[in-house]
Amino acid sequence: MTEFLQQLINGLALGAIYALIALGYTMVYGVLRFINFAHGDVFMLGAFAGYYLSPVVNKFLPAQSYVGGALVLVLAMAICALLGVVIEFLAYRPLRSRPKLTVLITAIGVSLFIEYTCQHKSVFGAAPHKFPDLIPATTINFNGLVIGVNQIIVLVTTAVLLVALRFIVQKTRMGTAMRAVSFNEPAAALMGVNINSVISFTFGLGSALAGAGGILFAMNYASIDPLMGVQTGLKAFVAAVLGGIGNLPGAALGGLILGLLETFAGGIPGVSNYRDGIAFAILILILLLKPAGLLGKSTVEKV
Amino acid sequence: MKIWPAHFFAAVATSFILTGCNQSSTPGAGGTIKVGEFASLTGKDATFGISSHEGTLMAIEEINADGGVLGKKLELLTEDTQCKAGESATVVNKLISRDNVIAILGEVASSRSLEAAPICQQNKVPMISPSSTNPDVTKTGDYIFRVCFIDPFQGTVMANFASGTLKAKRVAVFTDVKSDYSKGLAKFFKERFKANGGEIVVELDYNGGDKDFKAQLTSIKAANPDGVFVPGYYTEAALICVQAKQLGLNVPLLGGDGWEASTLVEIGGDAVNGNYFSTHYHQSVGTPISKKFNENYAKRWNGKTPDTMAACGYDSALVLADAIKRAGTTDGPKLRDAIAATKTFPAVTGTITINENRDASKSAVILKVEAGKFKYLETIQP
Repeated sequence: MTEFLQQLINGLALGAIYALIALGYTMVYGVLRFINFAHGDVFMLGAFAGYYLSPVVNKFLPAQSYVGGALVLVLAMAICALLGVVIEFLAYRPLRSRPKLTVLITAIGVSLFIEYTCQHKSVFGAAPHKFPDLIPATTINFNGLVIGVNQIIVLVTTAVLLVALRFIVQKTRMGTAMRAVSFNEPAAALMGVNINSVISFTFGLGSALAGAGGILFAMNYASIDPLMGVQTGLKAFVAAVLGGIGNLPGAALGGLILGLLETFAGGIPGVSNYRDGIAFAILILILLLKPAGLLGKSTVEKV
Repeated sequence: MKIWPAHFFAAVATSFILTGCNQSSTPGAGGTIKVGEFASLTGKDATFGISSHEGTLMAIEEINADGGVLGKKLELLTEDTQCKAGESATVVNKLISRDNVIAILGEVASSRSLEAAPICQQNKVPMISPSSTNPDVTKTGDYIFRVCFIDPFQGTVMANFASGTLKAKRVAVFTDVKSDYSKGLAKFFKERFKANGGEIVVELDYNGGDKDFKAQLTSIKAANPDGVFVPGYYTEAALICVQAKQLGLNVPLLGGDGWEASTLVEIGGDAVNGNYFSTHYHQSVGTPISKKFNENYAKRWNGKTPDTMAACGYDSALVLADAIKRAGTTDGPKLRDAIAATKTFPAVTGTITINENRDASKSAVILKVEAGKFKYLETIQP
C-alpha cells in the first residue's frame, strides 16, 4: 500500500510538469492550428534561465528561500514569455499566410537551432549542469511514505497556474479575444481584434508556462542540459493530444495521466524499461476509442 | 542534423588544418602519419568524450615533441560522434575512406565502438578503443584492440567487493538497457554475486537519458536490499543517487567506471557520498609515469585534474605509437601484429599486456565517494 501511494505521488508530481508544458502546446494549437515544436526547447531555456538567475537572486535574498525560489520562477517565466514572443515574431509570423506544413517544418528547424546552438561551449555547453537548490531539500516522512517538499510545490504551483490560466482565458478581454481568434480568425479580425497581438500574447503565455515547467522539472531532476526538452517536450505533446489538443483542461488531465502511467509501468520489475512504451501503447488505445482525445470535441472538418 | 558547432569544435580543439590535397595513401618523406579519432565531443556523455580526446591529443603532441615516429609527425584527425547512434559508423567510414588514416582511436562508449569496429575490421585498419569495456567490442575481429579491461572483470570485481568488503547479502540491480556497457556489467555482476552466495532481490531497468527514476527506486526500496548495483553513466547515476536519498533508500550504491566524472558530484551533491565504483585509474595511485601524466595534463588543459577517460585516451595513443615504432611501418596487417604483441607496456593506467582476446590485462581500482571527492580504496589485480 505504501508503495502504491508512493508511486501515486511520484506519478502526480511528474504528470503535473507534463501538464504545464502540454498547456503551451494546446494553447498555440487552439489559436493557430499548428504544433510549436520549439516549445520543449523553451522549457529547456526556462530551466537554464533559473540556473543563471538563481545566483543573481541570491545576492539580495537568502539562498534556498521560498521567496527567492518564487522570484526565480517568476523571472524565468517572464524571460520565457519574451523568448516565445520573439520566436513567434521572427520565425512564424513571416509564414502566417503559408501552408501550415511550412510553419510546422520551420518549428522543427527552430527547435534544432535552439538545441544545437545551446550545446555550443560558448553558450551552455553539451555537458549537463547541476541546477541549484532553490528551496531547502526537505522531505516529509509518513510511515515510510516519503513526500518531497519539491513534489508538493510542483503540484501546488501547477494548480495555481492552471486556475490563473483559466481565469485569463475565460474572464479577461484578451482571453475572450484568444477564444475568438481560435473560433474564427477572419471574423475576429473583422470585429476589430488585433490578431498579431493576440497571437503574440498566446505564445508569451504558453512559453511562460513552459518556463515554469522547466524550473519545476529542474527542481526535481537537478541535471539540466540543452537536450532536456526533447523527450519531455515530446511527452507533453502526447499529453496534449491525449487530453484533446486545443482543450486546456484536457492538456492538464493528459499530463497527469501520462505521468501516472509512466510511473506505475516503471515500478514493475521486468517491464520497467518499457515504461514509455507501455504509457504510449495505452495512449494509442485511448485515441483509438476517442480519436479527439479525452476531453476534445470531435469536429467535422468544413470543406 | 550535421551542424556547424560540432565541426567547429572539432576543428578548433584539434587545431589541425587539413591539407586536403594529399590523396596518396603513402605520404612521402616529411608527410605526416594520419591517425583517426572518433569521440563524443557533444551530447550527453560529452564529459567522457572530451576527457578522452584531451588525453589522446596530449599523447600525440608529446610524441611529436619527441620527434614523432618513423621520422614523421603524427596527425590526429578527430570526428565528433555526438553521442548518437549511427554517427560513429559514418565518421569512421569518412576517416578511413576519405582521410586514409592508418589507425582509429575511440570510443569511450561500447555501443559506439561496436558500431565502428566492423568498419575498421573490413578495411584492415587497426582500431584501439581507450575505454570501451564491453567484451563484444574486440570480438568483432583481429584488428580491434582495447587498452582497458573488460566488463566481466569489472562486474566480477564489484560483486566480490559487495559480498566481501561490504558483506552485502541482498542486492538490487538497476541497469541502463540502452547501453551494452551497462548490460554487460550487470550480467557478470549477477553471475558472480550469486556464485558468492548472495541474492539478487530485484532487477529493474531504465533508459539512458531518463531523468525520473523514482518509479523504479520505489520498487527497489520495497524489496529492501543491502545495496544497489547501478552500472550506468554518471548523469543518470547522479540523479539515481539523489532520488534514492529522497525516497529514503539509504543503502550504498555501487557502480562501474561510467560513474567517474566530476559531473557525478556536481549533480549528485551530498547524495553520492558513501557510494563505491570500480575504475581503471586514480591520480593517487602514484606510479612515476602517472605522476608525470598528472602534471603535464594540468599544464596542457588549464589546471584540470585528469580522470580515467583522459588516462585511457592517453594510453591508447601511446600503445599505438609504440606499435608503429616496433612494426617499422604503418601497413595495416603489420601494425596489427605489432599491437597484438604489446607486452608489459608501462602506461599511465597500469602495465598493459594485450592478451589473446586483444583486451588489455591490467589492474582495477575501487574508489569511494567521500565529501564530494573520489577516494582511492583498493587495487584489484587481474
